[in-house]
Amino acid sequence: MENLIGLALNSVFVGNILLSYFLGMCSFLAVSRNLATAAGLGVAVVFVMALTTPVNWLIYHGLLAPGALAWAGLPGANLSFLKLIVFIAQIAAIVQAIEMVIDRYSPALYTALGVYLPLITVNCAILGASLFMVERNYSFAETLVYGTGSGVGWCLAIVAMAAIQKKLRYALVPRGLQGFGINMITTGLIAIGFMLFAGISL
Amino acid sequence: MTTAAARPWAAVRRTAAYKETVKALWRANPISKQILGICSALAVTVQLETALVMSLALTGVTAGSSLAVSLLRKAIPRNIRIIVQVAVIATLVILADELLKAFLFDVSKQLSVFVGLIITNCIVLGRSEAYALNHPPGQAFLDGLANGVGYSSVLLGVAFFRELLGSGKLFGATVIPEAFYRAGYVNNGLLVLAPGAFIMIGLFVWLEHTLLERK
Repeated sequence: MENLIGLALNSVFVGNILLSYFLGMCSFLAVSRNLATAAGLGVAVVFVMALTTPVNWLIYHGLLAPGALAWAGLPGANLSFLKLIVFIAQIAAIVQAIEMVIDRYSPALYTALGVYLPLITVNCAILGASLFMVERNYSFAETLVYGTGSGVGWCLAIVAMAAIQKKLRYALVPRGLQGFGINMITTGLIAIGFMLFAGISL
Repeated sequence: MTTAAARPWAAVRRTAAYKETVKALWRANPISKQILGICSALAVTVQLETALVMSLALTGVTAGSSLAVSLLRKAIPRNIRIIVQVAVIATLVILADELLKAFLFDVSKQLSVFVGLIITNCIVLGRSEAYALNHPPGQAFLDGLANGVGYSSVLLGVAFFRELLGSGKLFGATVIPEAFYRAGYVNNGLLVLAPGAFIMIGLFVWLEHTLLERK
């Protein structure tokens, strides 16, 4: 249990998927101009990540891992090289399914998130979380915690960035540094802040 | 003599292929101008070696997928084009990943998940969606190649400074003389960490924007 709490804190702060593994930068930079849409996308990412990472765990350990097909009489089969294409297809399918469910039951949320949901498919943080899950040999419970924690960490980072950008509009930034340049440097400073959590051990 | 040498160059300069290439390398560089594919640009630039391997993998995948999508462009139904493109890209990425594992195992271990993440790199899908789908194979291939090289140039630039200033090495070989350290020089540990990458790329873009504006 302590191990899981530690993993949760680590995936949100120190090992933040955006700030220390650089995943999900494209949508982070594109959407962080407006606080409301940033929060909306953040929540959508938490949701999709908490769902896709465990489902990918089940697929990987049930079908693709070396020896996973023993129940089908193929103990020597190793399909793990297929994980990239299977994971991305699964993520695309889940995002599509979520989109249809939201459209059916909550049209207001659908119009708010509408544009961003399809974009999540190509958000590398989602695929990255699934790949890290395989590489680090997480158990199912750990995967559940890690997927949710990474999503929350990403959400925190994009909301913080959107809030800072709002204030940054009043700052005098050198001409060449405006826009992308100052955003990267601000992100670097946020990353330093998040790294300070490394000293906390449970 | 000089005019004769300059004339074929001038002819080359007028071709569409040349213009597209220069655009991809400089005026519309995928990373610093279009802000695409940042994720991997930051993650693999601690060392020049990993950055170089990553650049080659990405350039190969972009050029290959642009070529394949362009060849298939008349056969792809409009409404399922995204999934077809992702399938083409994913296949090429798996190939690149397996090749790296076979021939450059150490580097492939260091790159870890980032080779796999080329699939979701916006440059690759972006080029095939925006260019390869409505241009003939030759041009599409060149466009993919040029964008890959444009990406590589930023990647290698950032990696050069991060490795040099962060750990005093280039391609794993120490280049800062021992005497410097004895005189009190210290490697900048921040550059090896994640925040260093963000700040370094921010400064890089600053330089590039300033240079472009001056023209």
